[in-house]
Amino acid sequence: MIRINCPYCGERDHNEFSYGGDATINYPSLDASEKEWTEAIFFRKNIKGFQFETWHHSNGCRMWLVVERSTVTHEIKSVKPCHPDLQKVVKNNK
Amino acid sequence: MKTRRIDNYGKINRDKILSFRWDKKNYKGFEGDTLASALLANNIGIVGRSFKYHRPRGIFSSGVEESGALVTIGSKDRRDPNVRATTQELYNGLEASGQNAFPNVNFDLAGINNYLGRFFAAGFYYKTFMGIPPLEWGKGTAIWMFFEKFIRKAAGMGSASGLPDPDTYEHAHDFCDLIVVGSGPAGVAAAIEAAEKKLDVILVEQDSLIGGNQLAENDFDNSQIKNQLENLGIKIMTRTTAFGLYDNCVVGLLERVTDHISAPNVNIPRQRFWTIRAKHIIVGAGAIERHIAFNNNDIPGVMTVNASKHYLNRYGVLTGKRIVIATNNDSVYETAHQLSEAGANVTVLDSRTNFEIETNKSFEIRKGYVPYNINGSKKIDSLDISKSETINKSETIDCDQVLLSGGWSPAVHLLSHRGVKPKWDYNNACFLPSDTKENITMVGSSRGLWNKNDCIASGIAGTTDALNRLGISKTNYFFPKPGGWKNPIQPLYEVKYKKSRSKSFVDYQHDVTTDDVRLAHREGFISVEHLKRYTTLGMANDQGKMGNIIGLSLMAELLNKEIPEVGTTVFRPPYTPVSIGALSGRNVGKHFRPLRVTPMHQWNIDHGAKMIEVGLYQRPWYYPKENETLSDSYIREASTVRKTVGICDVTSLGKIAIQGPGSTEFLNRIYSNGFSKLQVGKARYGIMLRDDGIVMDDGTSWRLAENEYFMTTSTGEAAKVMSWLEELLQTRWTDLNVNVTSVSEQWAGVSIAGPKSREVLNNCVDDSLVITNNKLPFMGVTSTFLKGNIPCRIARISFSGELAFEVYVKSDFANTMMDLLWENAKKYDGCLYGLEALGALRVEKGHVTAAELDGRVTIDDAGLSKMASTKKSYIGSAMRKRGVLKNNDREILVGFFPTNLKETFNAGTIVCEKNNIKGQGIGRITSVTYSPELGHWIGIGFVKGGLDKWKDTTLVGADPVRNKQMNLKVVSPHMIDPKGERMYA
Ligand SMILES: [Zn+2]
Repeated sequence: MIRINCPYCGERDHNEFSYGGDATINYPSLDASEKEWTEAIFFRKNIKGFQFETWHHSNGCRMWLVVERSTVTHEIKSVKPCHPDLQKVVKNNK
Repeated sequence: MKTRRIDNYGKINRDKILSFRWDKKNYKGFEGDTLASALLANNIGIVGRSFKYHRPRGIFSSGVEESGALVTIGSKDRRDPNVRATTQELYNGLEASGQNAFPNVNFDLAGINNYLGRFFAAGFYYKTFMGIPPLEWGKGTAIWMFFEKFIRKAAGMGSASGLPDPDTYEHAHDFCDLIVVGSGPAGVAAAIEAAEKKLDVILVEQDSLIGGNQLAENDFDNSQIKNQLENLGIKIMTRTTAFGLYDNCVVGLLERVTDHISAPNVNIPRQRFWTIRAKHIIVGAGAIERHIAFNNNDIPGVMTVNASKHYLNRYGVLTGKRIVIATNNDSVYETAHQLSEAGANVTVLDSRTNFEIETNKSFEIRKGYVPYNINGSKKIDSLDISKSETINKSETIDCDQVLLSGGWSPAVHLLSHRGVKPKWDYNNACFLPSDTKENITMVGSSRGLWNKNDCIASGIAGTTDALNRLGISKTNYFFPKPGGWKNPIQPLYEVKYKKSRSKSFVDYQHDVTTDDVRLAHREGFISVEHLKRYTTLGMANDQGKMGNIIGLSLMAELLNKEIPEVGTTVFRPPYTPVSIGALSGRNVGKHFRPLRVTPMHQWNIDHGAKMIEVGLYQRPWYYPKENETLSDSYIREASTVRKTVGICDVTSLGKIAIQGPGSTEFLNRIYSNGFSKLQVGKARYGIMLRDDGIVMDDGTSWRLAENEYFMTTSTGEAAKVMSWLEELLQTRWTDLNVNVTSVSEQWAGVSIAGPKSREVLNNCVDDSLVITNNKLPFMGVTSTFLKGNIPCRIARISFSGELAFEVYVKSDFANTMMDLLWENAKKYDGCLYGLEALGALRVEKGHVTAAELDGRVTIDDAGLSKMASTKKSYIGSAMRKRGVLKNNDREILVGFFPTNLKETFNAGTIVCEKNNIKGQGIGRITSVTYSPELGHWIGIGFVKGGLDKWKDTTLVGADPVRNKQMNLKVVSPHMIDPKGERMYA
């Protein structure tokens, strides 16, 4: 079982969380072209090693998180809120 | 029958006699016995029949590696098959029986399989019944499926009761700094060291007693150790197996709470499934003694040397009188000595010729000899032996027992669960654990240490390693070197039989012989993983704990390689079997999943509702009067709504509060239709798309104030929509100042529909002026009060196509609201209606629900193109125009009538062209109902090209599952009041 250290709730079992997806995608503006959206939605790297991914603490504080996780060992290097304002709050609280 | 129990030996309680039944006969044992020790004491040698050949099998071991003595415990609904007799503690009244034999293990009719052995070699079943792939794959598979159940019966293990399990099981959780697996000298040393360094420690032991293999020593007493551990505050968990290691130092434990008790307290669970989250794991799981493959090495009376030591010193059972020990290592000599002291005549065959061992000469040592063949069938008559230099029968020794020690395999299983490959140690002829970056440390004989002092030292070193890794200390430490015997082990895995058709067993439980391994190699199965699957070597309950290394060594020899080059199979959890009951815990029956009810659930039931599950929700299905059937009832309810008025609980819809200055912009981006001009006091139906342009969900949003909306979603998609909105706000549109809050549980909702609905509501609201057609036009919203000063929200929304209102009150007022509405609806001959009538009403109107919006449908497919704004961009607006979603032959929403209006059809019917009834056809019917309004069956669904293409053509509805076929007419999905005059009334 992966244990994720939610910046708000603390370390919790992964079954409290839902997996989101690739956290490095910059979603294009809503009026962007079909081609740009196709790139953003369908093209994914299949990374062996550490990758940034989003997780939702759906059975917890409901925060969306960026988790840096190894796809090989499940080791987690860092966890931070997706929202920049929440990142600041978490930093100030430390 | 003579007992094998001897005086002055063992740690059993001879004052406490226990009676038990074995194969329908009564026997006696003592407190502290296992079923295996009690059977041996009662001189019962045959306890089972083997898997394929139905050969008589005895007890091979004294622990979890047992591959012979698998028995069935209990009866009726408490029948538990495939239990290892060697780990089942004896209790008064225990009922056990042998398996895999008819009529019993002593006389088994299928024993004839033993003589048909060549038909049952590796891969026999596959080759015979599955054909030769790929040519006969299809046919062979079908034949296999037909024969499989007979084969499984013939080659089966014990069978489950087939009855509901009467016992309860529990899931439990705990946390600690350090979990130590195994209570041998290494584990105990580690636990004590850690507790003294103030770590919070859990010590896990699969046995009923702590001590590990020390329990086989004649002078061992664990009481002092136990006191010490307890005084240090260590949590000791006996009868508990660490069956698996998982990510982030999570350990799975199975605690057998009552399996050793004759009449357990019914309020206590039978087993507990523990999830332990530790910071560090120390594994001192010990090592397992291997057997040796030679002809007839499975005859009852064959056992490992260490097992015999256990039976003597722990249970006071001398397992043989004339014992031959066959070995290749030093570990057997203490046991040989003790067995002869206890009165047995002992001969040791040691494959090594050149070694020194200190003995008191109470037994004979034959240097340079190996076992060659056992004579006997149900018991051992004698053993043919061979010189180890040149294999051939040299002489025969008269004996009643053969004890084997082919070396020891460290129990690296738990580490293997973490994907750490063990490394082969040539000096000790075993796999040793490799190092890992994870916080796991192996100690004791599970890292190949054979001396007790080394084990203790390794335990302390292990805890130092843990403290260092946890950042608590920075202390140097070292582990003792693997090994510890005076003389080196000489690898010995197989003694080859000179005659053909040998029965030299590698894996006792699955009847895999050395010949099977060679056959698999000849047929090209040279990878270990293929070998394993083809021969089923190591795939039985014991998972190859005894036989795997022998199989590997045979393969290495055949491939002319060394064992490490051949590799090892990966061990996966569980270490020992875990019952399905423990896995499911309390999540059985009605607790299988959460149950959601609306606040007026009881009110609905009290008013005659029959309920149906929608997702997790219980919703009213229909409200039958007297003897009404489902269809009588829903047809009456739907007609009543169209004629007068009906009331329906719609609380299960998802409800989300959307607040903040960015709310309007937010809704405008997530809905495909425009929301920027929605006025305060108005609601709008909206459709959300996914990023890829497919419809995600539909619902309404009510503008309650400038910056406040109340959104409803479908029942099934509520959670998904909520997560989606949060994702957008937290990851993509972080500059939008919007708050979303799920308020699904906070509001109770009801729909009042029908031409008389306004009149009913007039009588229920404080101020009837707020709901006039002027004040509350179609899609109008108001916040007002029901009589009795109950605050409520009312919107004029219609799903049925009639004049209709949705009314929401805080959940606590649900029953009061229902009483009030129902009392007044009755005055107009109104009704309560359920989901079935709701479905009928919406199908008549061609409204889509989850049955239609199944994740493949676009707005255009659903006939809702006008809901897609052309004046703005929104989620999915770019992608909904991509090529494949714009094809001409996409399936479009239509209505269906049976051509013969007296006919019926079902949802799931495949729509085909006449004369071309095959495959997926050209469409499908998704929802059907009897239409009270039209007086016949109607449906909605999808067809390629839509209404325009097929309105004048008769199509065919094919329903192969129900063996039904009917002609169809394609019509507009808006079958009633297409202009919507009723709902604007
Ligand atoms: Zn959280």
